[in-house]
Amino acid sequence: MDLKLKIWRQANANSKGELKDYNISDVSEDSSFLEMMDQLNEELIEKGDEPVAFDHDCREGICGMCSMHINGEPHGPENETTTCQLHMRKFKDGDTIYVEPWRARAFPVMKDLVVNRDAMDRVIQAGGFVSVNTSGNTLDANAIPVPKANADEAFNAATCIGCGACVAACPNASAMLFVSAKVSQLALLPQGQVEAKDRVLNMVNQMDLEGFGNCSNVGACAEECPKGISLENIARMNREYLSASISSEK
Amino acid sequence: MSLTGLFLISFLIVHLLGNLQLLDLSVEGQEKFNAYAKFMTTFPVIKIVSYLLYFSILFHAFDGLLLVRQNRAARPERYKSWKPNANSVWASRNMGLLGTIILAFIILHMSQFWYTMHWGEIGMDSQGNKDLAAVVIKTYQDGSAGMIMVSLYVIAMAAIAFHLWHGFASAFQTLGLNHKRYTPVIKTVGYAFSVIVPLAYAIIPVFILMAKN
Amino acid sequence: MKLDSKIPEGPLEKKWQNHKANIRLVNPANKRNIDVIVVGTGLAGASAAASLAEMGYNVKAFCFQDSPRRAHSIAAQGGINAAKNYQNDGDSVYRLFYDTIKGGDYRSREANVYRLAEVSANIIDQAVAQGVPFAREYGGNLDNRSFGGVQVSRTFYAKGQTGQQLLLGAYSALSRQIAKGKVKLYNRHEMMEVVVVDGKARGIIARNLVTGEIQRHGAHAVVLASGGYGNVFFLSTNAMGSNGSAAWKAHRKGALFANPCFTQIHPTCIPVSGEHQSKLTLMSESLRNDGRIWVPKDRKDAEAIRAGKLKPTDLPEEKRDYYLERRYPSFGNLVPRDVASRAAKERCDEGFGVNKTGEAVYLDFAAAIERYGKTEANIQGIDNPSPEKIRELGTKVVEAKYGNLFAMYEKIVDDNPYETPMMIYPAVHYTMGGLWVDYNLMTSVPGLFALGEANFSDHGANRLGASALMQGLADGYFVIPYTIGDYLADEIRTGEIDTNHEAFAAAENEVKGNIDKLMNNAGKKHSVDYYHKKLGRIMWDKCGMARNAQGLTEAIKEIQELRAEYWDNVKIPGKADEMNPELDKAMRVADFMELGELMCKDALEREESCGGHFREEYQTEEGEALRRDEDFAFVSAWKYSGDPSTTELVKEDLVFENVELKTRSYK
Repeated sequence: MDLKLKIWRQANANSKGELKDYNISDVSEDSSFLEMMDQLNEELIEKGDEPVAFDHDCREGICGMCSMHINGEPHGPENETTTCQLHMRKFKDGDTIYVEPWRARAFPVMKDLVVNRDAMDRVIQAGGFVSVNTSGNTLDANAIPVPKANADEAFNAATCIGCGACVAACPNASAMLFVSAKVSQLALLPQGQVEAKDRVLNMVNQMDLEGFGNCSNVGACAEECPKGISLENIARMNREYLSASISSEK
Repeated sequence: MSLTGLFLISFLIVHLLGNLQLLDLSVEGQEKFNAYAKFMTTFPVIKIVSYLLYFSILFHAFDGLLLVRQNRAARPERYKSWKPNANSVWASRNMGLLGTIILAFIILHMSQFWYTMHWGEIGMDSQGNKDLAAVVIKTYQDGSAGMIMVSLYVIAMAAIAFHLWHGFASAFQTLGLNHKRYTPVIKTVGYAFSVIVPLAYAIIPVFILMAKN
Repeated sequence: MKLDSKIPEGPLEKKWQNHKANIRLVNPANKRNIDVIVVGTGLAGASAAASLAEMGYNVKAFCFQDSPRRAHSIAAQGGINAAKNYQNDGDSVYRLFYDTIKGGDYRSREANVYRLAEVSANIIDQAVAQGVPFAREYGGNLDNRSFGGVQVSRTFYAKGQTGQQLLLGAYSALSRQIAKGKVKLYNRHEMMEVVVVDGKARGIIARNLVTGEIQRHGAHAVVLASGGYGNVFFLSTNAMGSNGSAAWKAHRKGALFANPCFTQIHPTCIPVSGEHQSKLTLMSESLRNDGRIWVPKDRKDAEAIRAGKLKPTDLPEEKRDYYLERRYPSFGNLVPRDVASRAAKERCDEGFGVNKTGEAVYLDFAAAIERYGKTEANIQGIDNPSPEKIRELGTKVVEAKYGNLFAMYEKIVDDNPYETPMMIYPAVHYTMGGLWVDYNLMTSVPGLFALGEANFSDHGANRLGASALMQGLADGYFVIPYTIGDYLADEIRTGEIDTNHEAFAAAENEVKGNIDKLMNNAGKKHSVDYYHKKLGRIMWDKCGMARNAQGLTEAIKEIQELRAEYWDNVKIPGKADEMNPELDKAMRVADFMELGELMCKDALEREESCGGHFREEYQTEEGEALRRDEDFAFVSAWKYSGDPSTTELVKEDLVFENVELKTRSYK
């Protein structure tokens, strides 16, 4: 198939970028979107042009590194699909495809389609953990039974791959779905209870410091999440946050 | 936003119950309405609640505008290609715009009736109450100006409908009131409320206008 | 050169306990003055960095990805083994040890493997304490499942995303230490060189992948947890960025490289669909519980299928060859990975392959769907169900078991695996070989340690399913925190490492020189991928699932030529002092070009077949692997001496005192 591409090109964080047009032909329908980008880059290199920089690593939908805004949606038109798992057969011969980086103040563009997502790491550093040192002397794993329903729900929240599609999709560039997934996971497990109050307060505080927008419950995040993380997590975090703020003695 | 929003939703019900009396345009009906208006403006408990209401409106509006500002700042560079309809509904993304329309309407609405009731020139009915019913009827029946007022009223109710379409369930979500069994009920009630209540409001001025002939 | 593996004295089950009791320690006040560099943030790296920081060392952690959470451990699907015996099915530390030694075809060290089995239970405790949401039963206890090659259920799992959950657990522990300032994180940084001062590892040269800046980092010890080198084949189930450069640079600086030819080829991957292919995707081993593997009996039918003239569903039973069930009646479709992979290759080489490229076999669920459908009809009390009803009921059961895998398959291949059989083919998945380490996980360079897939220590010639996660976390959480102290006890008077030392300058110049050479070569003909694909082809054809002396000899020569051509002609656009993913790749491929040669050399030297290493000259009459214990029960450790071709072999004899060496048979 032949395609027209409109791709965001930006030399570095400080330069101004713009959409540039590219034509690409003989794209296999069986190739993934990233393989189509590989093909474009090969052609650019052969021609002596600079290839398009984009983030990618595992190419099986789990590392969360790929991050393209394709035709107006993060990770493109398919539901619950990362860019690396999006295949070209979902497009038509002759299509024009827009490819842009994630857009958010907290995700500055570094080059072309590559953005800086350190803000998400810093939010986790603010409290997305259980403070337990490594030792051979922790409780036996079966010492505290966990209801299966809670364990399953904690798992569902924990499947977040930290790609940032929620932020990219949100009209407010809010990171609530990402943050709430981690808060939820630990709130649902007995191991997370000890630090639950400080965790939610600190993580939300860090999220605000990073310059993400506010949640107005639009719901675009959950629709675009490649792992199908649910809005229930945001409600749970709101609940945790409210009760922690009211009862906090700090 | 959620607490003031929910309070304003409860106000909508009370206010609607009062307004619906205007569907009886007989002299007795009008006098009953005027008596009700007097009660609402003088009874101490209601007065206290009304101050809470003014505060809620102002807070809801200011907080809303602040959020809009912050949220815009969170994405300084916009997408060139943006397909929001693929993942969300229009009302959810335009609460600021809808809220602004509603705020403008509230200002107009209060200047027309609330201000007149309190400080404006207003006649008395046979029971010695301020004749608010007459003011209302005049506003919506007065020639082409009346037509415009009715239209504005209907537009504002549409804005409220869309505002509620998102806002009703959203308020519960913000408060963390989420439950596998109850949340679907809340959503259904919210959608029904957001259609029925503004529609009921809008019927009243249209009815008054039609009653002219 | 004599290798000392430093295996502690005493009976097998006391070795680790005794060693821990007698090992030297560093007191807390001194730990504060000691710096440790950890390269890589996968299971081994993140757990090591977090644990060392908790203990009080100052840690610098490096990863080339944008976040430590993206390391490729995240993609592990099936689970993690641990000798908990929660199922009361007779599991024990000894049994896990025995299964691992046997699964590795008797080419690993007894003491290391025993320690791995011993600490396995602690890993589960630790992970649960961190909030890792493992699968649970209705009673609230942890659930287990079974994996290939064993007779007990000892695999803990979190759906098909166990690696993700464990890595996020280690990442959260790491994040906590970053917040405390005990770990300084260098993301989007790549290690380019190890710096050795007076025979000891004293730091690394790193490159900032955003700015291209070359940096010197000093430390009292350097821990490499940089993963495996499967990407030498270009196509593998590894992530695009996974590379062997850190290990290779260490090798060039004196660390011995052990068993480089031991590569695991996983039998159930989605086949290559065309030239555009950039990587391969695994379909979990669990599918072989219910899927039957076959190709057409008649070569003409295979040709017709390849040409699209015949559908697999139209081929009657008697014209299908269920070759695993035919060759290995007692294990059938559940033979170990290496055996299943070789059998698929044999059929495809004979012309029975079933996709366009001729490199695919069927994994068919029709029989399972029918079997489950009938059972389900019985359960529901349906008399004389129609074939359609049976299919419908059976499909539901299969969907409940493997739904997410089937969905992933359909996304990639665009074919409904409930209706037409899945196509699969073996692909490079894991490398058992790696840096040689002693019992303390220290390489032959003092102060330089290697953990996880980057070392060679625990899996011998073949790794069992669900053991990679176990080893990574065992090394990082429970081994290195103890053993590194034994080395660092001598370093408390060293003081801060001076990065102005001439060894740092020399290493930095070497890195800059190499970058210069690649960026400014005369040819500038083709992209990095062009050469990488060529290397991958040579490796796959001649050092892949089956190897022989002639092919390996040819491969060595071809790689040498390709390497020379690469340095002269590779074309890298852009500049070195900016974000330049092509340059990043080019540096990695340059190392693969040398590593590939060593792999072939090792494969040529090992004149036997064992585990993932199959030499065609050494097979039984029925075509099974022929191990030669009398001559090859040793670890091949290679010592670099300026060029891969002159690398010298050092043998570490493997002594088996607790298990008896047997031939694996699955007939």
